[in-house]
Amino acid sequence: MKWWKYLTIALLLYTVVMGFLGHVPRLAILNETERNLYFHVPMWFGMTIILLASVINSVRYLRNPSSRLDILAHESAKTGILLGVLGLMTGSLWARYTWGTWWTTDVKLNGAAVTMLIYAAYLVLRGSVRDEQQRARLSAIYNIFAFSAAIPLLFIMPRLAEASLHPGMGGNPGFSKYDLDSAMRLVFYPAVIGWTLLGVWITEVACRLAFVQEKIYEKQEKQLA
Amino acid sequence: MKNKKNNWLSRAVALLLPLLLLGGAALAQAPAAAEPEMADALRQSGKIYVVVLVLVIIVTGLLVYLVRLDGKVSRLEKEAESR
Repeated sequence: MKWWKYLTIALLLYTVVMGFLGHVPRLAILNETERNLYFHVPMWFGMTIILLASVINSVRYLRNPSSRLDILAHESAKTGILLGVLGLMTGSLWARYTWGTWWTTDVKLNGAAVTMLIYAAYLVLRGSVRDEQQRARLSAIYNIFAFSAAIPLLFIMPRLAEASLHPGMGGNPGFSKYDLDSAMRLVFYPAVIGWTLLGVWITEVACRLAFVQEKIYEKQEKQLA
Repeated sequence: MKNKKNNWLSRAVALLLPLLLLGGAALAQAPAAAEPEMADALRQSGKIYVVVLVLVIIVTGLLVYLVRLDGKVSRLEKEAESR
């Protein structure tokens, strides 16, 4: 096993233990739920980083097509979508107990939901094209659109909005204001790295499996020929 | 996976490291009056550790699953190579 996989294990266990036992400032409304900073927020960090990897591989595919790059882009997108869905679910639960509702028409929330729908369409598109090269090419082009729509929806529009409940958006202070109490940073940064690495790890295993599968199919075809 | 013993040793060290780190900060919880309500009672009774242990078990379980899956794919890769 590679070194960064041990790092992932260490960081995640550290996050889970220190996430609950570490010091957090006393805040009204949020109370202990501010510990969600170590779990909900890293989902979005991880998603963004992995989706960026996905779109980079899609661009590489278009410049120099190979099934390897298509697999890398596809599996990264799948992991990114998984993390995004987990982010939406945990965010909704958190909202229920701090804002009093599962969902509200907030720019940040709707932006995140639309982003997930755009990426769901990526999977639909892939599923609806049978020819491998055509599928790879079409989905690579769509992936560029999806990523360039996701960034403004997630990070630009909510910040430009007049009002948002979400921390860090629409003139609302972000958590960076609270965790100036640097005890939280000591858990938050390792948490972001740990959860992101977990996403990378899952993607790596999924890609390797797809590579092996492809190799076996190729050999079978050669034997038949 | 050349030397299995060394591999297991480093794996154990990686697992134990965060538990060693937790010792100091876990004790630094002092409740204060007339401030926003926090889960002090839960901490005083010590039951927060139950939650922590449950999460450690779940995360460890998921990671062990992923490590084994990783190993299986590695074996499959070797098999596909040699066939």
